[in-house]
Order: sequence, then C-alpha cells, then structure tokens
Amino acid sequence: MKSLFSLLFGLLLIVAPAAAQELSPDALVRKVTEDVLSVVRQDKDIKSGDTRKAIALVDARVLPYFNFQRMTALAVGRDWNKATPEQKKRLAEEFKTLLVRTYSNALTSYRDQTVVYKPSRLQPGDTSVVVRTEVVQPGSRPIQLDYTLEKQDESWKVYDVVVAGVSLVTNYRDTFRQEVSNHGIDGLITMLADRNQQLQVGKK
Amino acid sequence: MKTCLATRVSCLACGAAMIAASGCATTANNPRDPFEGFNRAMFAVNEGLDVVVKPVAQGYDTVAPLPVKVVVGNFFGNLWDAWTAVNNLLQGKGQQAISDVGRVLINSTVGIGGAFDVAGEMGLVKHYEDFGQTLGRWGVPDGPYFYWPLIGPRTTRDTFGWMVDTYYDPVWRLDDVPLRNSLVGTRYIDMRASLLPSDKVVEEAAFEKYNYIRDAYLQHRRSELFDGELPREALEDESSNPAGTQP
Repeated sequence: MKSLFSLLFGLLLIVAPAAAQELSPDALVRKVTEDVLSVVRQDKDIKSGDTRKAIALVDARVLPYFNFQRMTALAVGRDWNKATPEQKKRLAEEFKTLLVRTYSNALTSYRDQTVVYKPSRLQPGDTSVVVRTEVVQPGSRPIQLDYTLEKQDESWKVYDVVVAGVSLVTNYRDTFRQEVSNHGIDGLITMLADRNQQLQVGKK
Repeated sequence: MKTCLATRVSCLACGAAMIAASGCATTANNPRDPFEGFNRAMFAVNEGLDVVVKPVAQGYDTVAPLPVKVVVGNFFGNLWDAWTAVNNLLQGKGQQAISDVGRVLINSTVGIGGAFDVAGEMGLVKHYEDFGQTLGRWGVPDGPYFYWPLIGPRTTRDTFGWMVDTYYDPVWRLDDVPLRNSLVGTRYIDMRASLLPSDKVVEEAAFEKYNYIRDAYLQHRRSELFDGELPREALEDESSNPAGTQP
C-alpha cells in the first residue's frame, strides 16, 4: 500500500511539470500578461521610462513564450526561403532585439489600464489560434491587443502581436522586401543590426 | 439649415489638393501610395506643426488629473457614439446600432451629458464606426493613400468619409463660434494626448517613420472594416510556407 502511494506520488512529480508546460493558449497569454503587469505596477523605474529594466523583464518573463524564428519568417515574407540557415539565425537574432525593445518601450507607458481577456475559439486539433485581449483605459477607446500562437512540440508559442489591427511583425514586410530587393538578405541583416546599435547607443 | 463653412472650406481644400496631387504623381515605391511625393511633403508639414501641438498635449496630459481627462474623453466619445449608431444602422448592424443608441441615452442622462460612461459599466460595449467604414462595407475600395495636414493619414475613401463625419459633427455645427472653436481645440488636444504613448514606440520601431505610419494605418483601417476580426489568412496571404521556417 505504501509503495503504491509513493508510486502515485512519484507519478505526480513527473506529470506536474509536463502539465505546466501545456498551458492552453488563453491561460498562457493571461499568465504572462499578469506576471509582467504585476511587476510593472510596482516598479517605479519602469513606469518612469527605464527601458533597460523593462527589457530585462521582457527577456525573463516573455521571451520563453515567443517563437522568433517564426516571427522573422512572417516579417520577411517570401524572401525568407532565399536565406541560408546562418542568415536566418542572424535575422531572427536582430529582429528579436528590435521587437523586444519595442515591446518593452510600450510597457514603460503603462499607467492604469486593465486587460480584458476574450475566450479564444480553439478547436481540438488546432495548431494555431488567435487570443484576443483588450487594453481598457477609462475615457479612451479600448485598444485591441491580439496574440497569434502556434503549437510547437506540445507547447504554445506566440509568433505575432497585433495592436489595434496592426501587426508589429507584418508591418515591416514592405520595408524588408524593399531592402532585400535592393541589397539582398545581408543588406537586411545590416540594416537591422545598425538600427539596433543606434538605439542602444542613443538610449540607456 | 446652418451650413458649416469650415467643413466646406476644408472639403474644397482637400478636393483641390487631390487634383493637384494627381497631376504630380512621380516615383512611387508602393502601388497604394501613388502620390508619395505630395504625401511626404504634407507629412513634413505635420511633423512641423507637431512641434507646437505635442508640447500642448503633453502639458494637458501632465497637468490635468486623470478624472478630468476621463470626463473629457467620455464627453466627446458620447457624441461620437451617436454617429457610430447611425453608421452601424447604415451598415445593417441593427443589434449594435440599438446598443449604441442605448449607450447615448444612458450616458447623456444618467451619465450627466456623457461625462461618465455608465452604460459601459452596465455592459453595453462601446463600438467605433465612421462613414469611411460604412463606405467600405458598401464595397467602396480604399483608393490611393493620402497624408493630410492636421488630420493625418487617410485613404481616398476615408477622406470622403471624414468629410461626411465632419459635416454631421455636432461640435462643428454649434452656432456659438468661440464655444465651437474651444471644443474643437480641446478634442484635438485630447486626441493628440491619447497618442503620446505610441510616439516613443513608433520612433524606435520604425526604420522610416513615414512608411511605418502608412503601413500601420492601412492595416489598422482594414482591421476596423472587419470590426477587429480580420481573418488570419488575410494577414498571412504572402507568408513563406511554414515548412521553410525551420533553419
């Protein structure tokens, strides 16, 4: 009897972490949002515009749930398939740096907004889903904030963030396509890297 | 009936500018933006005006306590809710129109002239419609993209939509000119103030501000046409094939 109990307990230990990784897309978006906001609400530095601190927060709490390879592919569009694996890696790395900065900057302007979560229409067997949320601010129109997630090896990862109908990812598509047609994939990598460096030097 | 001179003048000005712009179509990189030269010039004009407008908006944002800003936003929002109701009706969205009428009735009375969004607390969701969206629902295409001084980006369709919005705008129809002007001014500053948080994001996210704003505006309007429920495929229509996403 005792051994059965310990066996069950052992099973629980094995199963519990696995279950934690398999959060539903809705639950995942809610958890990450609430995690981040609970930190921002209490952090005066972030609220007064400390971008570096906001980036550290995003790195720790948000990045693990994002699929930047997929995001970059979406932003680059058709030209993505022309890139070598090495170029893809560098593109994704630079694009990640840029997006993390954008996302972190948005956090520093957080004031008294609340986030409303709308139930997603996830069907069993779906491997991609949009989770819709709304940032509510008294006196203003609510801002729609949607996350598109894809199932990857049993866990869901975000690969697009859409603010008021504007995808932070696909909004770059025309600019990127133009750069690739003018200066090739390497030109695009250089453009991203230069921009990131410029922002890093210019701001704290 | 009182005709609104300001609207007429601005309509004429926009019309004239459209004709002028169509005469000087030059090198365009984006097929949706054939008058890029003209638009970039107007963009520069607006950036210049913003040197004055932005500090005023920042001042308002800093000085006015939150409850004041909320009341100001609600007041103008309530006026627009009535116009949203009309447009929802014109688009055949009867249920939303009824809800919008309910919002205006409740907020104008219990909400003291629209100062408080009581209807929202009661669960009547706020919608946003304008005449440009109504035209879109009726099948009118976007047409070339424009960037206007003061009002900013608009497609051709939305420019006409904006003219109709302004023509029926109760604020512009006020007989008391000083009151009208101060309300128009307050609303403009309130609107500019609400855009302050996105300024920094755009400054850093954009490789080129003009392009970024144009592309974002066009995406935003497309999404509004679908009431925010844009089919996912529409966004990904040119995406690389998923198999290619692996390194």
